Amino acid sequence: MSGEFVFVDPDFDLTDEKPQAAAIAAPLPTPRAIEWKPWAVVLSLAAVWLLVWSQLRPFADWFSYQLLGLAPDTRLGGAVAFFLYDTPKILLLLGGVTFLITTLRSFFSTEQARRALGGKREGVGNVLAASLGVVTPFCSCSAVPLFIGFVESGIPLGVTFSYLIAAPMVNEIALALLFGMFGWQIAGLYLVTGLTIAVVAGYVIGRMPHVEAGVEDFVWQLQLDDMTQAEVRPTWEQRFRQAARGTREIVGKVWLFVVIGIAIGAAIHGYVPEDAMAGILGKDAWWSVPVGVLVGIPLYASAAGIAPVALALTEKGAALGTVLAFIMSVIALSLPEMILLRRVLKPRLIATFIAVVAAGILLVGFLFNAVI
Amino acid sequence: MIIKILGTGCANCKRLKRLTLDVLKEMKVDAQVVEVTDIPTIMSYGISATPGLVIDEKLIGYGGVPSKIQLKQIISRFIARSCCG
Repeated sequence: MSGEFVFVDPDFDLTDEKPQAAAIAAPLPTPRAIEWKPWAVVLSLAAVWLLVWSQLRPFADWFSYQLLGLAPDTRLGGAVAFFLYDTPKILLLLGGVTFLITTLRSFFSTEQARRALGGKREGVGNVLAASLGVVTPFCSCSAVPLFIGFVESGIPLGVTFSYLIAAPMVNEIALALLFGMFGWQIAGLYLVTGLTIAVVAGYVIGRMPHVEAGVEDFVWQLQLDDMTQAEVRPTWEQRFRQAARGTREIVGKVWLFVVIGIAIGAAIHGYVPEDAMAGILGKDAWWSVPVGVLVGIPLYASAAGIAPVALALTEKGAALGTVLAFIMSVIALSLPEMILLRRVLKPRLIATFIAVVAAGILLVGFLFNAVI
Repeated sequence: MIIKILGTGCANCKRLKRLTLDVLKEMKVDAQVVEVTDIPTIMSYGISATPGLVIDEKLIGYGGVPSKIQLKQIISRFIARSCCG
């Protein structure tokens, strides 16, 4: 995820759409007209999107069975149809959901989150922090300044952690992919359990004795100026433009992973025998959940590459809880983010952080395997 | 002119640095580009997201990479200021 460049002094925000001459010529604030134009563009694009969406299955079938002449019940036929259907489907979804969420996010900022969380007690604060973690734009490369900013504003450490866990774990790419491949129920489940883990893990960390001692000393010694900055309310056109830019960036960054992931998924779909995974990744293999979580911690893959493989594995008998736990572990606990956080947290607290979050994911994995 | 890129080496920080160098080259402006990676120093500018862009000790913006056009306009404004007070 990448953020939008924020101008401290709006005077410097000179975009090509906003020539200076116009600003001088029209000094009076005109009442905000209904912005029908950007909406018209976005809505017609949405219509095109839906049209393409509805033609995906017929197209994939036509292409693999008519044009290529493959039989639907052969291994190759199954794999090719899987790939041809899922690749455009996931890319479309990824684009659509990312656009929606980036538009939604233009209403929130980390600054607002910090202000909203200031003075909140633990408990309420943890819930609010985890929810804000989902809707505010977040990039793991900003984790450090964000952490310091939160701590400096007097937000309790546990609440800060709730935010830091939720923000990367429940992200638009993961939600879009789970929705596309497993359906809205699983995506919803992921959202709810991800939030729960963030709330509980943050609360637990905050309750630990001497947790403050785990933060590098310089953080407490920083004296920061008042960081509140004036915020300008963007127009719809600006929101949509930003969202389009963000979507292009994200899709451009992950599409290759999606294609590779789906290709692997398609191969599994076509060539791995039914129930091959039941023995090693099935419900009865309880140990596969902790193994999945452990393997997931150092793995740093985009959710985009993991989800298609995960889907194919569940088709072959892998238990859903095991697969979900693995996905969560890969996304929420990544080595690069830990290395960044190391600059503000001592190793002991990083270890605690990983252990508490991993324990939460483990519980979710076992719970799903037991329930579903 | 001294341009500071505040950041701990994230992808956007590197992109911002590259963009800045490109723009300076294109505009034929001679400026010093400094990367600031020390966290207390970065935080002293009061940013809540990296990278941050600082020109002659003035914080221009943070949290992303501006477009090329925006960056050009920002720099040309600084040039205009330094020449004519």
